[in-house]
Order: sequence, then C-alpha cells, then structure tokens
Amino acid sequence: MIFIVFLVIMAVILIAAAVYSVVQKDLLYAVLGTGVVSLVLSVFFYLLQAPDVAITEAAIGIALTTIIFIITIRNTTRDEDKYSEDLINRFKPEEDA
Amino acid sequence: MNSFQEVFIRYRELMEIAVYGVAILLILIGLYAVLTKKHLVKVVIGLSIMDAGVNLLFVGVGYITNHTAPIFSPGYEDAADKMVDPVPQALVLTAIVIGFAVTALALSLVIRLYRHHKTANIEQLNSLRW
Amino acid sequence: MLKKIFVLFLLTVTGVALWQSFRHAPFGENRVGDVENPETVSAFYLKHSPETLHTANSVTAIVVNFRGFDTLGEVTVLFLAATGLASILYRRKEDEEEEGGHLPVRVKLKSSTLVRTGAKILFPLILLLGIYVFVHGHLTPGGGFQGGAIIATGFLLMFITYKRFNVNHKIMVWLESLSGLAFVLIGLYGLVAYGSFLQNIPWTGRLNDLISGGLIPLIYIFIGIKVATELTNVLDTLMNTKPRKK
Repeated sequence: MIFIVFLVIMAVILIAAAVYSVVQKDLLYAVLGTGVVSLVLSVFFYLLQAPDVAITEAAIGIALTTIIFIITIRNTTRDEDKYSEDLINRFKPEEDA
Repeated sequence: MNSFQEVFIRYRELMEIAVYGVAILLILIGLYAVLTKKHLVKVVIGLSIMDAGVNLLFVGVGYITNHTAPIFSPGYEDAADKMVDPVPQALVLTAIVIGFAVTALALSLVIRLYRHHKTANIEQLNSLRW
Repeated sequence: MLKKIFVLFLLTVTGVALWQSFRHAPFGENRVGDVENPETVSAFYLKHSPETLHTANSVTAIVVNFRGFDTLGEVTVLFLAATGLASILYRRKEDEEEEGGHLPVRVKLKSSTLVRTGAKILFPLILLLGIYVFVHGHLTPGGGFQGGAIIATGFLLMFITYKRFNVNHKIMVWLESLSGLAFVLIGLYGLVAYGSFLQNIPWTGRLNDLISGGLIPLIYIFIGIKVATELTNVLDTLMNTKPRKK
C-alpha cells in the first residue's frame, strides 16, 4: 500500500511541477520547475524497470538542460511579462566588495 | 517477486492512469505552453515538457507487469522471458540525447534573436510578417 | 477569444486521441511474446543479446549493435547541434567593440573556499564515475551517452566554480574527431571483413565478463568520449556567451 501512495504522490508532484513551470511568471523559477519534472521523471523510469533511461534523464535532464536554460535567461530577460532589456540589471553580477 | 510488483498487479487500472494519464497530461501542458505563451524561453520550456511526456509514454508502453529490467546480470542469465521490452528503452535513450541537442539549438536561436531584435516577445518579431 | 477556443479544441482533440489510442495497448500487457521462438523484434533482441552477442545489457546491445547505424546518425545529430550552436552564437570582434564591451560571463564574485576545494576534490571523482559508467556499459545500466553526460556535468561544476577554468579546445577537437572517425572505421571494418556495416566480430567472449560482446565495449567507449567532448563544447560555448552591457 505504501508503494501505491508513493507512486500517486510522485505523479501529483510531476503534474504540479509541470503546471508550475508553465504558469510561473519568473522564468528562473519556471526553469527550476522543469528540473523537478526531470527529477521525478527519472524516478518514474526507474520504477518502470528502465535503469538506463533513468541514468540518462538524471544526467542530461536535471543538470545540463537546466543550466542551458539558466544561461539563456541570463542572456535575455528574467520576467515573462518584460520582453526587452530593462530587466537585465537584475541579473547583473555583483561587484567585488 | 517483491511487494511492489504485487501492488502493480492489484492496481493495474490505477497504474494505467498514473503512467499513461500523467504522460498525456504532460504532453498537453507542454502543448498549451507552446500554443499560448509569448515569451520565447517559455515556448522552449513547453517543448521540453512535451519531450518528457513522450518519453514517459514510450517507456510506459514497453513495461510488462512483474517483469524485470532487460539486463542479464549473474543469476539472471536465463530470465529472458521475464524481462520488459528493451526496444522502447533504446529508443527513449536516443530521444533524450537528441532532445537535449534540440533544446540547446533552440535556446541558441533565442539568444541570437534577442540580440538582433532586442526583444523576446514572439509577437514583436515581425520582420518576416507580410 | 477565438484563439482560446481554438487552443482548447486542439488540446481536447490531442488528449482524447492519445488516450483512446493507448487504451488499445493496455498497461503492463506482455507484447514481447515467446522469447525462444521469437515473433517480435523485441523477443529476437532478447534472445540474441545473451546467446549470440554475450552482452548482459540488452539495451546496449540494441543501441550499439543491432541498431548501430542509428546510433551513428544520433552522434552525427549531436555533432551538428554543437556546431550549429557555435556558429549561431559566433560574433565578430568588431561587433563586440561597436557595442561597447560586455560583462564577463562568469560571476565576478569569487566562489567560497569551501566550494572551490569541494569542486577540486569532486571533479576527478565525477570523471572516474563517468569513465566507469561507459566502460561497463555492456554489463550494467549505463553506457556511452550516460557516461559522457556525467563527464560533462563534471566540467560544468568546474565552469561554475572557477571563473578562469578553460578547456583546451585543440585537445577537445582532436578527441572528438578521432573518436568519431574510430566509430566509422570500426563500421567499415565490419563492411570489409564480414559484409555489412558495423558487423560485430564472431568472437564475443563470455556473458558478464568485462571483455565480452565483441566490439560493443570498444564502440561504446568511443561514443562516450565523443558525447563527453560534444556536450562540454556546448556548455563551453554557452558559458562564454556574453550578455549585453546596459
């Protein structure tokens, strides 16, 4: 019984993370939502007896895809409703103290 | 046979909803983002969620109740008739790597478009519109 | 409004179509069939992976041997994506000067001592894990693609931690080209010696030995090196992309 509860919780987290990453206006948080989707998905693959796919999803989906999204946000804008440059300063790296 | 496999047999309907249903919902959520969102990065996020849904659907189709992973470890050399379908797993393995390449290329196009037009709004990129 | 109705309609149609079609493939049903007398391609692969090829991981056997030509195409797609990315993000020196310089890409603030020391200790261990994963690709879950991705995450850790960490591009290019060339040469050897591209050698060793499966471990090692260098190149290109100075 505990397994079925675990599985349902996993499914709920997966859908919730996907919806969150679509509706969230702050793109940085949205990208972290897709990272959570990949994480739960790799647990799903493991439960479905596909360890090869689980390892691939864990390495590529969680680490590499998230980082290239973050670099893209750094090069464009962070806020979904602001399309142009005004907000780039929010990503300006801090100067040395 | 462990207790997890027993649960899989007893709750087959629920499993079907939990795997197929979740995969189809992921595809729909991604498709919604691709169709309605205006920010280019959001569109690519939608594409990557759709990708995840398709992968889950494929692995779900290959799953067989009460069978193990298709690896002939010591002690399981003769268990070939007790293994899940390896073909969808090989396909998904390819699809994940290609999905990463597609995402990286799409995001580089986003960066380039932003540099050129100074906007990430899909509706303001109208230089090709007539 | 019309657009919203259209989107809703499209989503409903897609969802219903997918759900209805997958109702005809019930979850958990055995669609492989008899493995001893194979009638489906999956059963054929499951039968011949341990018997003919002596490869423990049948996913590896499919990816590298039975469908090896597809994998060559996949590696080519990955290479084209890395090249395309570099050429799309390329910008001339004059353009950069015209726009008045750019912010350095990595964070100006130095990472803390804890992070830097930890990264230095973890980096060789991550490389070792990646190499282990692709050397043992035919025995345990894992293989060239997984191991390559793990090595790329190790380089990612160094890129994030050290602002002056740079990979040697010449070595990267050579490794990538040579491993790709080796893959094609192994394929051509099969064509010349046994009459079909990527044909495995007849000697395949014993099941669950480290040196077994004929050419499969060799090919997967080359794939691992190629994937690792390509993903690292993608990360390197993206990390060195500079945002516009305000």
